[in-house]
Amino acid sequence: SGLSQQVIIMATRIKYICRHQDEAYKLGLSLSFRQEIMKWNGWGYSDSRFLFNKKGQAEFTGKRYRLSGLILPSLKDWFEGTFGANLQHKSPATVSQVAVAPPNLNEPFIEDLKAAGVAASHDPEDRVFRAHGHCLHEIFALREGRIGRVPDMVVWPSCHSDVEKIVELACKHNVCLIPYGGGTSVSSALECPHEETRSIVSLDTSQMNRILWIDEKNLTAHVEAGIIGQDLERQLNEHGYCTGHEPDSMEFSSLGGWVATRASGMKKNIYGNIEDLVVHIKMVTPRGVIEKSCLGPRMSTGPDIHHFILGSEGTLGVVTEVTMKIRPIPEYQKYGSVVFPNFQQGVACLREVARQRCAPASIRLMDNEQFQFGHALKPQVSSIFMSFLDGLKKFYITKFKGFDPHHLCVATLLFEGDRGKVLQHEKQVYDIAAKFGGLAAGEDNGQRGYMLTFVIAYLRDLGMDYYVIGESFETSVPWDRVLDLCRNVKERIVRECKERGVQFPPLSTCRFTQTYDAGACVYFYFAFNYRGLSDPVHVYEQVEHAAREEILANGGSLSHHHGVGKLRKEWMKESVSGVGLGMLKSVKEYVDPQNIFGNRNLL
Amino acid sequence: MASRALYSPRHPMLKKRDDFEDILEERRRSSDLRYALRCYTPTLYRGLVPCKASMLKSIVLQSDHLQYVIKQVSSESGESTEGVSEEASLILDEMAHCLQLSTIRFFAFTLSKAFKRLFRSVCVNEEGIQRLQQAVQEHPVVLLPSHRSYMDFLMMSYLLYTYDLPLPVIAAGMDFMSMKFVGEMLRMSGAFFIRRSFGGDKLYWAVFSEYVKTMLRNGYAPIEFFLEGTRSRTCKSLTPKTGLLNIVMEPFFKGELFDVNLVPVSISYERILEESLYARELLGIPKPKESTSGLLKARRVLSEDYGSMYVYFGHPVSVRSLAEGKINRSQYNLLPRYIPQKPSADTHEFLSDAAFRLVRIQEENMVLKPWVLIATLLLQNPDGLDLSSLAEQTDWLRHLALAFGAFLDWPDHEACSEVVSCSLALHRHLLSVSAGHVQLSVTDVPQVETTPEEAVFHQAVVVLSCASYRNQILHVFLRPALLAMAMQSANSNRKDDVYNGFNFLRKVFSNEFILCPGDSVQDFEEACYLLMKRGVLQVLEHEIVMSASGHSTLAFLSSVLDPFLQGYQVVCRYLCEETNENLTEKEFIPAVRSFALKLILAGRLKCYEALSSDLQKNALAAFLRLKAVRKVKVGDQVTLKVNKVAVNSLEDILGGKIPTQKPILARL
Repeated sequence: SGLSQQVIIMATRIKYICRHQDEAYKLGLSLSFRQEIMKWNGWGYSDSRFLFNKKGQAEFTGKRYRLSGLILPSLKDWFEGTFGANLQHKSPATVSQVAVAPPNLNEPFIEDLKAAGVAASHDPEDRVFRAHGHCLHEIFALREGRIGRVPDMVVWPSCHSDVEKIVELACKHNVCLIPYGGGTSVSSALECPHEETRSIVSLDTSQMNRILWIDEKNLTAHVEAGIIGQDLERQLNEHGYCTGHEPDSMEFSSLGGWVATRASGMKKNIYGNIEDLVVHIKMVTPRGVIEKSCLGPRMSTGPDIHHFILGSEGTLGVVTEVTMKIRPIPEYQKYGSVVFPNFQQGVACLREVARQRCAPASIRLMDNEQFQFGHALKPQVSSIFMSFLDGLKKFYITKFKGFDPHHLCVATLLFEGDRGKVLQHEKQVYDIAAKFGGLAAGEDNGQRGYMLTFVIAYLRDLGMDYYVIGESFETSVPWDRVLDLCRNVKERIVRECKERGVQFPPLSTCRFTQTYDAGACVYFYFAFNYRGLSDPVHVYEQVEHAAREEILANGGSLSHHHGVGKLRKEWMKESVSGVGLGMLKSVKEYVDPQNIFGNRNLL
Repeated sequence: MASRALYSPRHPMLKKRDDFEDILEERRRSSDLRYALRCYTPTLYRGLVPCKASMLKSIVLQSDHLQYVIKQVSSESGESTEGVSEEASLILDEMAHCLQLSTIRFFAFTLSKAFKRLFRSVCVNEEGIQRLQQAVQEHPVVLLPSHRSYMDFLMMSYLLYTYDLPLPVIAAGMDFMSMKFVGEMLRMSGAFFIRRSFGGDKLYWAVFSEYVKTMLRNGYAPIEFFLEGTRSRTCKSLTPKTGLLNIVMEPFFKGELFDVNLVPVSISYERILEESLYARELLGIPKPKESTSGLLKARRVLSEDYGSMYVYFGHPVSVRSLAEGKINRSQYNLLPRYIPQKPSADTHEFLSDAAFRLVRIQEENMVLKPWVLIATLLLQNPDGLDLSSLAEQTDWLRHLALAFGAFLDWPDHEACSEVVSCSLALHRHLLSVSAGHVQLSVTDVPQVETTPEEAVFHQAVVVLSCASYRNQILHVFLRPALLAMAMQSANSNRKDDVYNGFNFLRKVFSNEFILCPGDSVQDFEEACYLLMKRGVLQVLEHEIVMSASGHSTLAFLSSVLDPFLQGYQVVCRYLCEETNENLTEKEFIPAVRSFALKLILAGRLKCYEALSSDLQKNALAAFLRLKAVRKVKVGDQVTLKVNKVAVNSLEDILGGKIPTQKPILARL
C-alpha cells in the first residue's frame, strides 16, 4: 500500500514540519489534522466558541454552525439570572498547555513496532490529547493544567492488519493498549488507570477511516471502524446513501466508539440504534480475530457474539471493520415543534405516540427550564416584523391559550421520508398532540432545538469561564415511572447542591430524547455557580453520584447509551447481578488473560 | 456490641427545647365568634393538586391499584367485578372524610368556649408551628400526635386552624361512628374512619391504603394518625403499630414522592380528662360504649379545673433521611407499582425501628409537671409523707429528672414547698391531707357500706390514676432503673453479668415500655452514662461499681419499676398455681384479676397495680414472646398452654432468687 513506508514519528514540532517532505507527508497531515483544529482543553473546534463581547452580548464565533457569527441578546440575562453569575467574575483557563511526566516506554515493543512499520509518537501534546474524554472533571483539570497518568505513546494503525500486529506485539511485550476513537467519552473511559505500571499505548483508530465497499443489493457498507460520524455520513451521501445514525456527538465520535459503547442515534426510530445497524463486526483481540462467517441478517447460533463486543468499552479488543446497514437518503425532511401547557401533558403525549408506534424520526421533549434555556439562545431577529411576530406568538400562547410560561414545555420533532408520507405522519402526530393540549409551534423552533444539541457542549466551556460548571447524564426508564424519576432526580440535585454549600440554586433540568415501546431515554442537565466552593469538581461529582443513586432507586438504568466506563463501574454489579458480572468477567478472562486492553472500564 | 449511629446515646443536658405560647390568652381577650369566622388561608403544599372530597373518591376508585385488587378479588371469589367495585365504593363511603370549613368554624367556636373552661392554658411551641409551616410547603406531611385523650385530635385541628395551617385528615377508629351525630361532625371536620380489624380483607386494605396514599401523593392535606393505635389508658406510650406508617412511607419507597415529612407531636395534660375513667377501665369496670349521650354527660367534666395542656410540635423527620442506607428502593423496580407488595423483612425492621424512634421523640417532648414527680413519690410511700419531707424529696427528684433530660415545666422563682402545695391542690381528689401529712386515698367516700372487694377497687382507682402520672416520667428513668434492678439482682459487679441481667429485664418488659428492639447495647450504655454522670456508678472496663453516695438513687430507681416487677410475678404465680388445662385467652384477664384481688385481700400483696389489665396483657404478651406460654387454637377458642417450668423460673429470676446468668435463661 501507499503507506508501506511509514516510519515511527517522534513528533516534535520540528520533526513534524520535516515530515512534510517525507513519503509520510499525507499520513502526517491527516494524523494531526483533527487535533490541529480542535480545542485541547474544551469541546469541539478551536474556531467555534461562545463568548461575551465587549458590549456584554453573547456571540458564537466561527462559521461552522447555523448559530455561528450571531449575537444572542438574551443569553446574558438568562445566564446571570439562572446561575447568579456575573460577567465581572471570570474564571478563565489558567494554562495554555500542561506538563506531563516523561513517557514510560517499552523499548523492545517500539523496536518491533518500527520494524512492523506502524506510525507512532510520544509527543506530549499527542499523548495529552488522547488521555481524556469530556467529563467535567477531565476538562476542568486540563484548564487548570493538571492531568493524571497519560498514555506513554500513541500508535496509528492504518488498517486491520496493522491492528493485528500491534495487538500481537503488545501481548508479546506486555504493553497496555487503550483504543481511542473520537475521544468524546463521558464516562472516564479514556482515563489511564493510575495503578497501571506497564507502558500505556493509546491505539488511535483515526487512520482507519475508509469506506471499503458499498453493496447496493443488500444495502450495506463495509467501513473501517475509525471513521468519524460526519465523514461517514458525508461520504455515503455522495453515493446517495446514509446510515441514519446520528448521535449528538457525530461530528467527532467514531464508528468503533459507537460499537464499543452501544451508541444511540437521534433518528433511531427509523434507523435503529447501533446494535440494530450492524450486520457484521470484526474485532482484534489478544486471542485473535472475532467475527461471524456470513452476512446473514439474523442468526440463531447461540448468544449473539456481537453482544459481547457491543458495549465492551475497549476491554476486549479493537473493533477494526464494521458492515453496516445503509439507506437511500430520504426524499424529504421536516422539522416541527409542539408547545404543551405542562410537562405532564407533554409526557402523556409522547407516551401515546409511542403506544401508537408512530414516533417520527426524532421526538424530544424539553421541560420548562430547558425551554427557557432554549429561548435564551434565540439569535437576534433581523427585522421588526419578525420580532413583532415573535411577540404575537408569545401573546397567543400565554395569554390567549392561557399557558403559564413557567410551566409550558416544548417537544421538537423531525420527520423523514417520502414527502406524502411525511405530511400524513405529521398530521397524525399533531392530532395526538392536540389531544394533550399541544399547540403546533412551528418548524423553526423545532430546527433550532436540534441545532442546540450540537452547540450545547460549547456552552459548558463558556460557563467554565464564569464560575459555572455542569454536565449532562442520561438514563432509560419505564413509562410508568418516568415523571416520578424526573421530578425526584431534579429535586435531589437541588437538595444535594444546597447541602454541599452551593450558593445559588443549580440549573437542574431534563428532557426526553428517545421513546421506546416500554419506556423513554431521559437526559438531565445540571450546572451550578461554584463561587465560594474550594473544590467545585468534588462537589459536582458528589451531586452527580447522588443523582445517579436517585435514578437507580427510581427504576432508571445505569446508562442508556453513554456507557459505564470507570465513572459508573461501582453500580455494575447491582445493575446486572453478580452472576451477570461474573459472566462478563469470564469472557474478559478468556479473551484477554494478560489484561492487554487494560483501560479497566466496565468490570 | 456494634452501635448504630442513628441511636447514639443522647446527651440529655444538651437537649434544647422551644418555648411555649399560651393560645388561650388571645381567646380570653377577643371574640370567639370573630375568631371562628375569620379569614382562613392556610399555607399549602407547593405540589398540591387541588381536589374536592368527592373527586378524591373517584380518583381512589379508578386507581390502578384498586382496579387491580378488584379484579383479583373478583376472580378469587367468583363475584362480578361490578359487584366488587360496588363493595369497594361502599367501603370508601363508610371510610371517607368530608372536610368542611363550616364545621371547622363551628368547632373553632365551641371548642374555644370549652377549652377556656377546662384549661388554665393551652401551650404550644410556636417555633414548632413555624417548622411545620415550612414542612407543609416542602413535602406532604404526616402528623403523629401522642394519644392520651379524645381531646387530642380536636385540639390538633383546632391548633392548625388557629395557626392558619392546612387542616389534617385524621385516621379515626370506627367506634366513633356509633355516635351518630358526633361521628358525622367529626367526619366533616376531617376524620376518616377505619375498622379496628380487617386483617385478611384484601379489598378493605386496598381501599384504605389507596385512599391514604392518594391524599398524601397529591398533597391534599396533612394526614394525621396515632402511631400508638389507640389512646393509652396508662399514659405510658404504647408499642407503635407499623401498618399505617408503611402506607404513608410507601409512596416514598416507590418513588412517587420525593419525601414525606413526619412530624411527631407530643400532647400532654396536667390533668387528664379521662383520668378515673381509664383507671376504672383498667380494673375491668366496663367502659361505657362511646355514645353521644355519654359524651353529653361529660358536661360535668366542664366544671372542673384541668390545669394546663401542652402541645409540642417536634422537628419534622424526613422519611428520606430515615431510610437512607436502610431501604434499597430499587427492590420496587421489578414489579408494577400498582400491584400491592408485602413489605420485605428489611422494610419491616425499618418500619418498626422508625416507629419506635418516633414514639421516643414523642416521649422526649412530653411536658412533665411537678405533680408527676410528687405522684412518683406518693406511690412509693403508700403510708404517706410529711409535707416537708415530700417537698424535700420532690426537690431531690427534680434534680435527678433534669439530669436525665426530663422536659420538666417547673415554675420559675417559686419555693419548692409552694410548687408542691399548688400541685396537691389541683389533684386533691386523689389525696388526703391532714396535719401536714399527705397520702393517696379515696376522697369521695361512698355513702353506702362497701364490701372489702369494693374498697380495694376504690383504692385501686386512686392508685392507678396516680400511676398514670408517674408513668409519664417513666421513659426518663427507664434505662437507669433497669440497670439499677439488674445490679440488684446480679450477684456480681462484673459488667457482663450486669449487662445480661439488664438485657433480660429489657426482654421481659419490652411490651410494657418503649424499648427499641436491637437497642440493648445503646440502652445499656446510655444508662451507664447517665448514672456515671450523676456520680452513682463507676463504670470500669470490666466492672460496674456503686459509689458510696449512690445507694439512695439506685434504691429509688429500682422501686420505680417495682410495681411492674411485682405485677409480672403475680401473673407468673397465677399461671403456675391456678390455671386449668383449658384456660382461654378471654378468661385470662378476669382470672388474673381475681387472683390478684385475693392476694391483696389476704394481705399477701400490697401492689394495687397488679390489678391493671394493661399490665396483665403486657405480661402475657411477654410470656408468649418468651415462649413460656403458647397459644393453641381449639375451634373458635384460643387457649393458653403454660410451660410451668419456664414460668416458674421466670418468676424466680424476676424475684431475684436466681441470678440471670444461670443456664435456665438460655432457654428463654
